[in-house]
Amino acid sequence: MSFSGGILPLSTNLFALLGRAVLAVLQELGGILLFFLRALISIFKYPFQVNKIVRQAYFIGAMSVFLIALVGLFTGMVLGLQGYYSLTKFGSEGVLGGVVALSLIRELGPVLTAIMIVARAGSAMSAELGIMRITEQIDALFTMGVDPIRSLISPRIVAAVICFPLLTALFDAVGILGGYLAGVSLLGVNSGVFLSQMDSLVVLSDAINGFYKAFAFGLLVVTICCYQGFYVHTRQGGHGAKGVSMATTSAVVFSCVGVLITDYVLTSFLL
Amino acid sequence: MRTPLIEFRQVSKRFGHNVVLDSVDLAVYPGEVTTLIGRSGEGKSVTLKLIIGLLWPDSGEILYRGKSVSRMKRAELKHIRREVSFMFQGNALFDSLTVQENIALPLREGFHANEATIRERVEQKMQVMDLEGTEEQYPSQLSGGMQKRVALARAMVTDPETVLFDEPTTGLDPVRKNSVLSMILSNQRDYGFTALLVSHDVPDVFYISNRIAVLEEGRTIYQGPPQDLEQKEHPVLQEYVNSQEILRNEIYGLQSSRFLERAFAGMREDPERREGALLVISLPQYQEIKEKVGQLMVEMLLGAISRAFYKVSQCGDQCKVARYGEDRVVCLCEPGSYDRDPDKVLQGVASELGSMDFCSSGVRQGKASFSVNGGWDRIGSHKSLFQLVQGIEQQKRILGSISCKGPD
Repeated sequence: MSFSGGILPLSTNLFALLGRAVLAVLQELGGILLFFLRALISIFKYPFQVNKIVRQAYFIGAMSVFLIALVGLFTGMVLGLQGYYSLTKFGSEGVLGGVVALSLIRELGPVLTAIMIVARAGSAMSAELGIMRITEQIDALFTMGVDPIRSLISPRIVAAVICFPLLTALFDAVGILGGYLAGVSLLGVNSGVFLSQMDSLVVLSDAINGFYKAFAFGLLVVTICCYQGFYVHTRQGGHGAKGVSMATTSAVVFSCVGVLITDYVLTSFLL
Repeated sequence: MRTPLIEFRQVSKRFGHNVVLDSVDLAVYPGEVTTLIGRSGEGKSVTLKLIIGLLWPDSGEILYRGKSVSRMKRAELKHIRREVSFMFQGNALFDSLTVQENIALPLREGFHANEATIRERVEQKMQVMDLEGTEEQYPSQLSGGMQKRVALARAMVTDPETVLFDEPTTGLDPVRKNSVLSMILSNQRDYGFTALLVSHDVPDVFYISNRIAVLEEGRTIYQGPPQDLEQKEHPVLQEYVNSQEILRNEIYGLQSSRFLERAFAGMREDPERREGALLVISLPQYQEIKEKVGQLMVEMLLGAISRAFYKVSQCGDQCKVARYGEDRVVCLCEPGSYDRDPDKVLQGVASELGSMDFCSSGVRQGKASFSVNGGWDRIGSHKSLFQLVQGIEQQKRILGSISCKGPD
């Protein structure tokens, strides 16, 4: 079969478009993976960048404490309220403590913590690196003989790996407190029953799985956000300030979607 | 024969379909200031980025100390980067770091120097660059000129062997521009580094450079000493050499002396055109006018003479009015192009000048009166343009004078 004209049939065009799109996605994913691996390897190069890690941990972790606690508290309270009214229908309001704790520790804690950190720190990281790129600050580092990925990305990855599980733990603890306040103080569930059900339903593996998720989300979020900012200059159709804004938006969207997809994948393996 | 420190051999670089460098050859010699000039978008900054390794060539070879960079091992490349500093066009200062931290950065991050050494070197560079007192300020709190000095201090703090300057004076006022250029030169003399400068500051860079390289349409059309550049006939090179004169002449509607020489030679060699006339108006007290009233007054006066020539002679394209030397304007007229007697043309020009007010702001000291001389001759076949102009000036014929009042 041969085509005599320059215009290909619609089906061929669609396949070509699909093929290009798949290749572009694979190229992007490959780029992100290589970027992550370079940053990961650089973590172990001497001299260790302790000061930078502490500074990033302060930015990602310490500065997110209030936000995480606030979101955790209200998430726990909503869980307490919704759980109580649902469980009352089955006469099982006594297991409220276990339901709240399991929901938070297994799913909501890691996922909502990651999304909150994306919104607060991930977008800022992407914008900061993007501006550094367009103002040639990253090129300047290179000309000084400094590996920009080692200097800018590796400390952020280490800080995220430290902070995500800690913030998730905080979210879980404050969330359980919120659930307790809503269930026990407002709705009159027995305090001892609330705590004993929590104690009997939650096992150590739930907490460990929750922390695995937090760890994975930390790596994922920081890698995506940093990648988007670091390579803002290679973005098609977006240069300068527009490019930075597009990179920041992409960083937030891809990170949130990535967190939810990874959550599903990890849950299916960890359950 | 000296070995260049940095050498480009047939280096090409393209971005998509846009060929930026097309088989470029370039040599930068140790201890010298080499300036790369060219129009915007000719690949000057790309050339610097290829040297430092921010970009890689598509073809050709870049040699550092005679060794091909593409064949170097990673450790060797890293070593070169420690020897070479780069001053970015936009300064590339870290906006979240203070001035002191910015200058210290290459030592702290690239060289892992100890804090005592860093403190000492940073203080010394800040002193040299006259940046004392700005240690704790952020780049955004500094003026453009100070930011340039911070960038310069950061580029010098490691005592590099080579410094690449990408348009270090862009966006600066003339005073700051001169101070940055002189700072680069004085530092280069003090520390003896090799400098490769990308600049548009022609002719200023001719005075500070040992070598000039000119990029045009992706190729090097000249590289060599600035004094040799003046002798080259290439029209693009002549544009650079005479860029200030060209601008000045364009503003005042004057042709260049080189153009005049060619037109004169053409007329002298053609028997039918030898009957043409050469009219000269000069300012014998040129230096005095410059000192007492200013250079601008001289320029305006010569511009007015040019306009008066065209107006009075009414010969249009048949006359070429050009500046010949600093203090005179000459008018080369084809035979039959002027209906009026050349003497009357000169008188007409003089009366036009008399009606103008050139020194309304007065002279700096006392009163002053400046004479305007003029004369003419046939072109003939024996004398060169210079000889003819000299002969006319020897007539010392005063057309009129311009009087300027003293300060109020």
